[in-house]
Amino acid sequence: MSVIERSRHQSAVQAEAPDRRPTLLSRIWRERWMYVFFLPGLMFFAVFAYLPLLGNVAAFQDYSPFLGFRGSPFVGWSNFVDLFSDREALAAIKNTLVISLLQIIFAFPAPIALALLLNSLLSHRIKRFVQSVVYLPHFIGWVIVISIWQNVLSETGGLNHLLQQVGLSTSHLMSNASIFKEVLTAQVMWKETGWGTIIFFAAISSIDTDLYEAAVTDGAGAWRRIWHVTSPGIAGVIALLLVLRIGDVLTVGFEQIVLQQNAVGNDAAQVIDTFVYYNGVLGGNWGLATAAGIFKGVVGTILVVLANKAAKRLGTAGAF
Amino acid sequence: MTARREQRRPVWMDEPSAVVQLLKIVVIAVIVVVMLYPFLYVVASSFATPEAATAGGLLPTQFSLEAYRNIFAGDVVTHALLVSVGITVVGTVLSVALTVTTAYGLTRTRDVPGSRFALYLILLTMLFGAGIIPQYLLVRSLGLINSYWSLILPGLLSAFNLIVVRNFFMNIPRDILESARMDGAAEPSILGRIVLPLSKPVVAVVALFYAVGYWNNFFNAMLYLNDNAKWPIQQVLNHYVVQGVQLSTVQDVHQVAPPPQTIQMAVVVLATVPILVVYPFAQRYFTQGVLTGAIKG
Repeated sequence: MSVIERSRHQSAVQAEAPDRRPTLLSRIWRERWMYVFFLPGLMFFAVFAYLPLLGNVAAFQDYSPFLGFRGSPFVGWSNFVDLFSDREALAAIKNTLVISLLQIIFAFPAPIALALLLNSLLSHRIKRFVQSVVYLPHFIGWVIVISIWQNVLSETGGLNHLLQQVGLSTSHLMSNASIFKEVLTAQVMWKETGWGTIIFFAAISSIDTDLYEAAVTDGAGAWRRIWHVTSPGIAGVIALLLVLRIGDVLTVGFEQIVLQQNAVGNDAAQVIDTFVYYNGVLGGNWGLATAAGIFKGVVGTILVVLANKAAKRLGTAGAF
Repeated sequence: MTARREQRRPVWMDEPSAVVQLLKIVVIAVIVVVMLYPFLYVVASSFATPEAATAGGLLPTQFSLEAYRNIFAGDVVTHALLVSVGITVVGTVLSVALTVTTAYGLTRTRDVPGSRFALYLILLTMLFGAGIIPQYLLVRSLGLINSYWSLILPGLLSAFNLIVVRNFFMNIPRDILESARMDGAAEPSILGRIVLPLSKPVVAVVALFYAVGYWNNFFNAMLYLNDNAKWPIQQVLNHYVVQGVQLSTVQDVHQVAPPPQTIQMAVVVLATVPILVVYPFAQRYFTQGVLTGAIKG
């Protein structure tokens, strides 16, 4: 429709409602379709994200499913006292922290390095090909990933065949409790490093190429360009992701670990989430398990806020 | 045209030394092999004769369909595949529909009273999770234990996907939508006739995310489905391949079975193929700023 036509339309609308501000009800009625669109989605979050928060009351009860939240007796903080005097729970917290630390040290920087490497390639075709290859495992579920790893690294697996010729063996890598945490980290890197590069590519591509030209004019070589132009350009994204990762420090892949827990035993593999699952859903110790979940949630929230403050103090934008 | 231009070295960038070039090529070749070899090995093993598979080797070569014949002779794996396909199709259709409508409903927070508050409530859910036990108790109190809906409803909407779609909608020029409104078009027809046709890339990406999520999910099945007969493929895979529980305890394997390894690998292949089929269709959109725009925004 032409501009003239539209302005005629607008003036017609204005003429119908001279100066009177529409009441709230009439505004709501006018936009009724928008409510039809978003209210079901909002309902979903109310039921599946907010309503379960009430279930955390079980942490302060000797909860029993037969008595329900109303019938179960309240026990104050005793579930938390039990939690922090439970040797198994403390071991799970320690395992969680060690695994998280390993992942922050090794798995976190990997996508940055890969993105810088791929970005330095000139051939578009090779870059595209490598990207399609490294993104793929992100879309493969943990059950499949673990199945594949177990078989490739098994006694009859291909890698073992190769390594046997130089006197090494891969046959016990996947069931060895003493290196389980390192294996977990390697699996995470294999699955997620490629996908993790996407956000860094976006950050790198938003850097003004004039800066590179200026750096070259000043005599900066390839490494100095990375250090003085690229890294300040992606520092904000790195800070954001690091803040979020630190907030998740007590979350280490539940699916990934629960799948392999039988193979390496609880001493090496029990983390907070699996502790909650085995003690609560399977063990019926609902109060204790819920308390562990609350501990995890509260620590996560505090850490996100602290890490965000630290990131801001260091001069980046932080996450929020 | 553009591809050729991008391939040219910027004038200010000097030719890297031969050593650096070689190093890059080696590192990238190693990465590609490490990523692809496991897939090739699994596929090759699944099509190998039992003897070739047990003999080991970089890639078993003797071709045989024995493993697949064996799987399709029983009904546990086929049934689990059907369950997974059903959950994935129904779940993805519902999730995408609800994500698109909710995202569109939250695009005009200035005009629609209360919608900004709704948006904040939804964003906030990205910062906390209720925890495994409260989630489990909720699903149980809704009576969904042992129901297929327990695999769909808890993950029906993802706040992240919702924001990705909403940000894409926000970038559609307002003029187009305003002029349609002037013409008297109601919101449903604006969404269906104007917004959606312009949003194919983001809908494709989000549909892939949901579909892959439903297909790969075994956590919900492990928590909520006690009945083995209802298991989706990932849970069967977990028991049979990862935990090494013999398939014969779940299913009748007639005749002389090949060594479990070839059958195991065939199940892995069957569980992976649907993802490999869908992946290329959405993959070309990943780099088009569909996601990164949302993350920045």
